[in-house]
Amino acid sequence: MRVHVRAGARLKRAWARRSEDGGYRQYVVYLAFVSILAVFALMLWDDGFLSWSNLLNIGRQAAPIAVMAVGMAFALASAEIDLSIGSTVALSSLVAAAAVGNYGFFIGALAAVGVGAAVGLANGLITVKVRIPSFLVTLGTLGIISGIARNMNNLQSMPIRSDAFSALFGAGSLGPISSLVIWTAIVFAIGHFALHHLRWGRHVLATGANRASAKAAGLSTDRIRISALMVSSVAASFAGVLLAGRLAIGRHDLGENDLLTVIAAVVIGGTSLFGGRASVAGAVTGALIMAMLNNGLILMGLEVADQLIARGLIIIVAVALSMRTPSESVGDDVP
Amino acid sequence: MTAPALSVRNMSKAFRAVQALEDVSLDIHRGQVTALLGDNGAGKSTLVKCIAGVYQPDSGTVSIDGETHRISSPDVARTLGVETVHQNLSLIDSLNVVENLFLNREYTRGGSFGSRIGLLHKRRMSRECQATLARLGISIPSLRKPVGLLSGGQRQAIAIGRAVAWGQKIVLLDEPAAALGVEQAQRVLDLIVALRDADVAVLLITHNMDRVTQVCDGAVVLRRGRKAAEVKVDQVTKDDLVAFITGAKTTDSGT
Ligand SMILES: Nc1ncnc2c1ncn2[C@@H]1O[C@H](COP(=O)(O)OP(=O)(O)OP(=O)(O)O)[C@@H](O)[C@H]1O
Ligand SMILES: [Mg+2]
Repeated sequence: MRVHVRAGARLKRAWARRSEDGGYRQYVVYLAFVSILAVFALMLWDDGFLSWSNLLNIGRQAAPIAVMAVGMAFALASAEIDLSIGSTVALSSLVAAAAVGNYGFFIGALAAVGVGAAVGLANGLITVKVRIPSFLVTLGTLGIISGIARNMNNLQSMPIRSDAFSALFGAGSLGPISSLVIWTAIVFAIGHFALHHLRWGRHVLATGANRASAKAAGLSTDRIRISALMVSSVAASFAGVLLAGRLAIGRHDLGENDLLTVIAAVVIGGTSLFGGRASVAGAVTGALIMAMLNNGLILMGLEVADQLIARGLIIIVAVALSMRTPSESVGDDVP
Repeated sequence: MTAPALSVRNMSKAFRAVQALEDVSLDIHRGQVTALLGDNGAGKSTLVKCIAGVYQPDSGTVSIDGETHRISSPDVARTLGVETVHQNLSLIDSLNVVENLFLNREYTRGGSFGSRIGLLHKRRMSRECQATLARLGISIPSLRKPVGLLSGGQRQAIAIGRAVAWGQKIVLLDEPAAALGVEQAQRVLDLIVALRDADVAVLLITHNMDRVTQVCDGAVVLRRGRKAAEVKVDQVTKDDLVAFITGAKTTDSGT
């Protein structure tokens, strides 16, 4: 009984807190999620949109995007951006495939994530030390990594013949729940915790909001920016592991087209493109929205061209709603 | 005679062609408020930033309690007991009051493991933020609001609160009352007096001569990056100070 009262009070406090510091902007993504889900559920009832297997499908599709989105949320929070995630996915899938064959699934996954860490460190160091915007640095490394991935196996896909790897990172499941979904939940939990409960997360936000002030407060903004870019790359490489696990291959074009989807997911989720504001839960929900749109529009039988148009329109509306400027949202905060 | 709390010697700093500081020396003492005066662009903020570790001076030294230190970063300045309210670098707009007050000073929980990973002790920070602001007589409607949504005066009050809350021995205030209404400005002056009475060394940058005569013991005047005068406030008039600032009058009492 007491517990209930306390939980209620906590919820109320949390709600008050939320509506004070960001207005309703940050709820747009959840509202959009529910509305899109409802619309598809009604329109596509007979096509089995809500069937367990289709929902699982959506979850599997969303998983790598969500993992990348969580990483990207940190890059954006620190007022950087990481355009190299797509090629990092590809390279780590290939590295995983190569390493799994020789050293087993554990080393395979570790090597892939190591690739991510190295890419992120390079992105971060160049951005910070050479003082080039991360937008340009990662545009460059995007090309470089993509080229390396293409050379690695002469544009051929590399099979992964490890049941353990596939079961653990993609094809397997725990009860009815795909391991992809479980990994995504773990990444979400870690990201959310790091952003809201660790000093590091707070320092990332401070650095992204106002680097000069953060520096004047004594933060090592260089190190923080490097670490945020590393988180983004490591997340991308883990997404590469998940894709490799699901498809049982490493290939040079995995993740190639995911960059814009990821950015859309993160921004719909309430993370600012300009730093200082981020939501991990929003990013994951944004990824779910993207996967749901993909799935629903296909089930509706739209041509590919019309799918693209419909998806683009919905994204613009969602982003417009979630990106209202702070000055407008001030009105929400006046009691 | 004890060593000055803070002593700057022969400090120079140039930004490309602009010589923002040239051979400036000054001392500030415990239990005293020293005014740092000068026209716009005289180099006051640059001097403060060099002391606070935000800029690295081209030459010159900073000594604290008689010991010379290289202040290579703002963190070093803090560790040495120097706290600063910068003219416009003080707060992070998107963070709330508590988060700003404890920025880079976060309490952690969970023992040594918690402190290693930086596990925030939010409840303790909220509690102490409330207590600190109350102690300083700063009233803010909501500690959960991003400070960007607060008024200029409230923001200023928080910035000052942050500087004085930590019991540091040297506090540098760059125009702390510029954005404040009459009552809030008086609050700030009260805070400064309280700091002085607590034996803190305060450096106060201001354009308001009334404040100088009200709370300052000594005054240093910069003009075009050079020290134009160093005086005891009770030995000069406001007009003298203005004359030093505009260059109508010069002394060399500083040596
Ligand atoms: N980061 C910088 N880069 C280039 N020039 C600078 C920089 N900071 C200050 N300056 C120049 O140095 C000189 C001194 O500036 P400073 O900000 O120290 O003046 P101030 O005395 O604080 O003036 P105010 O009363 O207007 O705040 C000015 O000419 C200014 O243009
Ligand atoms: Mg100034």
